Amino acid sequence: MDDVKQEVLDAERVQRWREERLARDYERVPPRREQPATLSGIPIADVYTPADVEGIDPARDIGLPGEYPYARGPHASMYRGRPWTIRQVAGFGQAEDTNGRFKYLLAHGETGLSTDFDLPTLLGYDSDHEIYRREIGKIGVAVDTVVDMHALFDGIPLEDVSTSLTINAPAAVLLAMYRVVADERGIAGSRLTGTTQNDILKEYTAQNEFIFPPVPSVELVVDTMEYGAEVMPRFNPLNACGYHIRDAGSTAVQEVAFTIAAGLCYLEAARERGIDPDRLAPRVSFFWNVHNDFLEEVSKLRAARRLWARMMRERLRCSDPRSWLMRAHCQTSGVSLTAQQPINNVARTAIQALAAVFGGTQSLHTNSLDEAFAIPSEAAIKIAVRTQQIILHESGAADVVDPLGGSYYVESLTSRIEEEAAGLIARIDDMGGMIAAVESGYANQLIADSAWEQQVAFERNERITVGVNEFADDDNSTGGIELFQNDPGVAERQLARLADVKRSREERRVADALRALEAVAGDLHTNRMPLIEEAVRARATVGEICDVLRSVWGTYQPSTAF
Amino acid sequence: MSELMSTPPIKVVVAKPGLDGHDRGAKVVARALRDAGMEVIYTGIFQTPESILRAVIQEDAAVLGLSSLSGAHMEYAIDLCRMLRENDREDVLFLVGGTIPEADAERLKEHGVDEVFGPGSRTGDIIAYIEQEVRAAAA
Repeated sequence: MDDVKQEVLDAERVQRWREERLARDYERVPPRREQPATLSGIPIADVYTPADVEGIDPARDIGLPGEYPYARGPHASMYRGRPWTIRQVAGFGQAEDTNGRFKYLLAHGETGLSTDFDLPTLLGYDSDHEIYRREIGKIGVAVDTVVDMHALFDGIPLEDVSTSLTINAPAAVLLAMYRVVADERGIAGSRLTGTTQNDILKEYTAQNEFIFPPVPSVELVVDTMEYGAEVMPRFNPLNACGYHIRDAGSTAVQEVAFTIAAGLCYLEAARERGIDPDRLAPRVSFFWNVHNDFLEEVSKLRAARRLWARMMRERLRCSDPRSWLMRAHCQTSGVSLTAQQPINNVARTAIQALAAVFGGTQSLHTNSLDEAFAIPSEAAIKIAVRTQQIILHESGAADVVDPLGGSYYVESLTSRIEEEAAGLIARIDDMGGMIAAVESGYANQLIADSAWEQQVAFERNERITVGVNEFADDDNSTGGIELFQNDPGVAERQLARLADVKRSREERRVADALRALEAVAGDLHTNRMPLIEEAVRARATVGEICDVLRSVWGTYQPSTAF
Repeated sequence: MSELMSTPPIKVVVAKPGLDGHDRGAKVVARALRDAGMEVIYTGIFQTPESILRAVIQEDAAVLGLSSLSGAHMEYAIDLCRMLRENDREDVLFLVGGTIPEADAERLKEHGVDEVFGPGSRTGDIIAYIEQEVRAAAA
């Protein structure tokens, strides 16, 4: 043993290994892929060594969990203390239907709630809209007034369970409704925890559920953030979202860059109004996609946390450490689910969920195997919850903090994603910020181009989707799984309830509240939330409140470029 | 010679009905059809059956591609089947794409939808299908 020479593992040594040792292997078995790259197209070397992390300073760039720059996690103890929140989004039919699903999920070990609203609610229309009534309760729960919101959370202890409201353009209205429900039940605002999604900028770039133009919409987000800080200080009024950007086709770098640029945009708009970012930033949370490329996703989450911390400290000059710290929810990738051989989606989702855990998420939704067709059945969503419980209790992944930290590859990829995302944010800044990147169509075009490249790679079989372009069944069938069926009686019942609320409310109070809102809507720097809250208390509808804002602000006309 | 005799491009209207904003698939298909030499009119999101029919008639389109991922595909597509018939446009090749369960796809075909392309479809297959059907109709 004594005669073994101690060698230095430097770049030169690695190069020699490539030329002499690795090349020999490839002579026998050529590389499986010609230009290996991550799912997002970042080139991957054959192996990573200390030479790849030479520029990374462990103290400055990696640090310790719960400490700046938070690459290793926002909390010191991570899951050794509190596990991530198992938070499955649910919503269909009337409020009672979704309330039943909430209770089913809680009974099976879910630890936080998340609500999907139907399309009329998401777009600020009432259920009795002439055309859109056919979409009542289809892909989410129908909410017209605070009466529906009471039914949605009936019997659920809002002071104990955190609740996410997946709502954007009319988020101000739904946030006020949540607060009013708690208030009318005698629960103090200070005891409420949860989030409204409320990231309108990603609607223009990715999800397309917008109502008003970007400028007043961003001011409305600022209203909710300021209102939240005052009346429900433990609630996160803003959940900046990469999820939808990624599912619309972006790369991991674009997902991080557009989301952080959006978060900065809201806080900088608040600062313009004289609100100190340190007052709002501690309650900004994030929502990421976890896609198929396991290690890229782990690195992405670590990179996003570090980039946000640096942006908040260095760019916005936040001094409160709580402002630097990115807390996030993750959801497995909906677009990765296949309609073919749908049971395979359980495996896909489990791997993605594990990436979210290794990436240090605070909250997680695992998709159900049947979601390429419909909203999930009870049986399917139970498997999704069990998947998280298996990771938590059986895999060991939750027993050590940031176990992939220090991996040459993961640290190198973390830095690369952070650098590229920072570069894209600089380009967005150059064009005038995220609103300009939306209005010019720049962000949408970048995402559409990435989506196109992925489709081309799929059709050329450069990217394999198991069960679809490889290992497909002859009949291409969907495996006979039993799908969730919408109850056809929902629309009629919801219309009846809405008519009932309108009959029994005090019309004068509603009209006064809406008029008061209209009077201040045009003054973009006056907080509209107290007036929206009063309209909600008076039983004004989502549609009525949004109509007032539509009449003042107009609506956003998207591009039809493709 | 064949280029001189070439027929005008196939006209396709790609449409998103209702409030569904999921337009990734619609845009990818629109781009693929355009790259394949077709003339593609994308309506954008938030269309009503009436506005979609209007686009088909105004453009004198040979093909209508409807994309829905919001569970409301039955209502909108069945309406359009009826409206195409009522306006003497049943010759329009009517395709539906999106998250369409198999049972629904069968029912849509009974109502007059020509083909359904669900998740995982190749744009190459959609192009081949359109070219074959439009050629067959012209023959």
